[in-house]
Amino acid sequence: MSEPVKAKKKSTAESTAPAVEQAKAEAALPVLGVKGMLRWAWTQLTSMRTALFLLLLLAVAAVPGSLFPQRPANPSIVTQYIKDHPDYGKVLDALQLYDVYSSAWFSAIYILLFVSLIGCVTPRAIAHYKAMRSQPPRTPKRLSRLPEYGTLVLPADAGIPASKAITDAAGLLKQRGYRVEVRDADGAMPHLGAERGFLKEVGNLVFHTSLIGVLVSVAAGGLFGYSGQRILVEGDTFVNTLVGYDQFTPGTNFQSSWLQPYSIQLDKFEVKFDRESPKKFGQPIDFTADVTTKDNPDAPAQKQVLKVNDPVSLGDTSIYLTGNGYAPVVTVRDGSGNIAMQGPVVAKLQGDNYYSSVVIKVPDAKPEQLGFAGFFLPTAFVTDDGISFSGDPELINPQMSLNSYYGDLGLDKGVPQNVFELDVKGLTQLNGRDLPTKGITLAPGMTYTLPDGKGSISFDGVKKYVGVDIHHNPGQQYALVFALLAVAGLVLSLYLNRRRVWVRTGTHDDGRTMVEYGLLARGEDHRLAGEAAALRELFTREWRIADQADAPTVSSSTSKDN
Amino acid sequence: MPVINETLGQYSELFMLLAAATYTVAFIAFAWDLAKSSKTLQAVDLKAAASSVGAKVAVAAGRLSGPDAGGPAGRAERPTSGLTVEGGTAAGDMKYAAERRIPARVAVALTILGVAIHGAGVLTRALGAGRVPWGNMYEFLTTGAFVAVAVFLLALIRRDLRFLGTFVLGLAIIMLVAAAVAYWTPVGHLVPALQSYWLVIHVSIAVLSSALFTLTFAMSALQLVQSHRQKTLSAGGADKLGFMRLVPNALSLENLSYRINTVAFVGWTFTLMFGAIWAEKAWGRFWGWDTKEVWTFVIWVVYAGYLHARATRGWTGTRAAWLSIVGYLCVIFNFTIVNQFFNGLHSYSGL
Repeated sequence: MSEPVKAKKKSTAESTAPAVEQAKAEAALPVLGVKGMLRWAWTQLTSMRTALFLLLLLAVAAVPGSLFPQRPANPSIVTQYIKDHPDYGKVLDALQLYDVYSSAWFSAIYILLFVSLIGCVTPRAIAHYKAMRSQPPRTPKRLSRLPEYGTLVLPADAGIPASKAITDAAGLLKQRGYRVEVRDADGAMPHLGAERGFLKEVGNLVFHTSLIGVLVSVAAGGLFGYSGQRILVEGDTFVNTLVGYDQFTPGTNFQSSWLQPYSIQLDKFEVKFDRESPKKFGQPIDFTADVTTKDNPDAPAQKQVLKVNDPVSLGDTSIYLTGNGYAPVVTVRDGSGNIAMQGPVVAKLQGDNYYSSVVIKVPDAKPEQLGFAGFFLPTAFVTDDGISFSGDPELINPQMSLNSYYGDLGLDKGVPQNVFELDVKGLTQLNGRDLPTKGITLAPGMTYTLPDGKGSISFDGVKKYVGVDIHHNPGQQYALVFALLAVAGLVLSLYLNRRRVWVRTGTHDDGRTMVEYGLLARGEDHRLAGEAAALRELFTREWRIADQADAPTVSSSTSKDN
Repeated sequence: MPVINETLGQYSELFMLLAAATYTVAFIAFAWDLAKSSKTLQAVDLKAAASSVGAKVAVAAGRLSGPDAGGPAGRAERPTSGLTVEGGTAAGDMKYAAERRIPARVAVALTILGVAIHGAGVLTRALGAGRVPWGNMYEFLTTGAFVAVAVFLLALIRRDLRFLGTFVLGLAIIMLVAAAVAYWTPVGHLVPALQSYWLVIHVSIAVLSSALFTLTFAMSALQLVQSHRQKTLSAGGADKLGFMRLVPNALSLENLSYRINTVAFVGWTFTLMFGAIWAEKAWGRFWGWDTKEVWTFVIWVVYAGYLHARATRGWTGTRAAWLSIVGYLCVIFNFTIVNQFFNGLHSYSGL
């Protein structure tokens, strides 16, 4: 704002010094003040340039979330990453690079973007509302300067005076969807203004407002939703209560009374493997879980099928099939001969063909607690070097190989432990490949007596298990509705054209009626020439005049110089 | 489970090979057309310039970019064909000229033949597997190349976009070769995660939008070259890129690529939405910032930026073209690097 004044001052400085002093004393520089600065900042924020800049910044800011492991997706990978990169791992954490999409800097960008959006959309909506309620703009003096322009001549004996010509034109334009206002109908040169395409801006406004709706819906889902995970071995039942979950992530405002106590029981889980393709032999091609569900404790049992792209809806949640594996069934007897543990043990997938790791913790064994760690192979093969691997995902030659330990499992300390990992700190190893007792290798039906009278372990059979995700997202449906609204608005705003047409008629001295028309597009319009041609066609057909070669339609390319 | 037909799979691979060979010959024909036709035009121009010096001056004085709808009406010295050069570029309306460009016609004919063979290859792959032919990287590449060339041919019906021929065919050949050499996998079943009717909806619109983005990328790249060349010519410099005479002026390229980008942007919005709906069916949440989701979002935002740029003073023209190019590079990144090297829920869609 002060630049022009400075420039003037420069040129006067070249003339005389006293004049400069006088200019300085007289010139009143505008002072913005706090309110002015705020208003300036607001204008900058809601400008198109800022929106563009923020959009591009948003795109750039989203990229780090794909380059670094993210906590919401997989927290254990993040912990491992920080361990693997001691030099900068913690620095990245401080910069919130493992939580990019909930980070302060990413949130700042999209919040600013939405503020800019609201600040831009609101005045535009008001302005458009006013425009929709007002008449088409005044007729320009020189229609020939418009991008599309044409003239027509009606012969004197056609019986169409200027006033009738203008009303005819008005009728045609109205039929074509324009809002028309005829002016000076009885004067010497009646004219009309017409406009159409208001829906274009409406679509634009709807699109941008719906984005706000999507954001609010996503936020609502995060506040009032919840999600959890559970592993179900064949025969197990999951009841939708807090204790039923293996892992539970509530939304910010979650209340446990919202959990509807339905139950789902895994009856049978079947996997079909590819036995045709040579390259993909043994890859799973179908997962089917047969489940029995009850909406509440008193409801009748229902049989349903749970598949990968086919979730089960219960209560107001949906249950998704996300994982699966084998659970060897074992019986562990302690040194006193009592059964210390009996049942399936979930084996965690480690490698190809369902090569899985097994960890069995037996805290009830007396006199000493027992622990086992090893792996389970559905189809055991041994290479010449003595390395075991699984050759096939189906139970063709099931085998469990374990090391055994006794001592203190560390479960009484009150610190939660990973079920799938055995902490051997307080334990003494009993069986292992390198010990004279050797490792334990069991096939179903076999029992192994632990050395030193510590007990025995028998491998009873193999069951399957599934991992399910349970989600409740109340904002989901609304996000979809707003997204669809946004697309509808987008299509309208991109493909409708806002156009203005003006027509002026007059009577020539020799009695002919002269008609001229011009078109102007508000915004980019590739089909303006086509519309002009269509209007001309309508006019000539209405007034039954032959195609007039002596009154050419002049297009923008030759009427305007480059 | 559909039955796998190995024989049809093998026929599919044979058709892909033949299609790639046909495209290669068509590619050479397009390149020949660019070189030869621009030489012819140069000769015509020089003759016209020799006969009336005034016209040459007018050309150099900056009447270079005619607006989109313009044709060279009213220029008595020049033949009235759409191919005529207004100051070194092809006509902005990109309508077919009366002039016959034999190499270009041969090239288009070969492309049509190639796309027919390619289509047979895609069809036999689909029949052999008993499902839509886009379930792994090999199929994404081969079917994607088919859609890109088909979209180009469809556009050729209405507009003379043969100057894009070398680019589109070059890309199609690269995709087919990469598919055959690096990503080949025999006809087979879909992994359970992809067994859904959403595969048809989500991936098809993604491939279609990507094919359109390919066209606009080529046009934006040519727009940058042409804009630079137009500046050089109007400043009186020599024309070093003769083949660009067959390419329309920068403004027309920009306008057409804008129109195509709007279609592709709506398609990409649907890609994003359908992907989210499918994600909810498969994984329980409609948005989880998975790597592929992130990059699809990034592409959407970049093209949204492109649309905003064309409504912002100072950001039309070259800057908008750069945004279109950056967007397409993100599309390629999303399709190649993210599928293969980034960990995420989409990793299985790889090899």
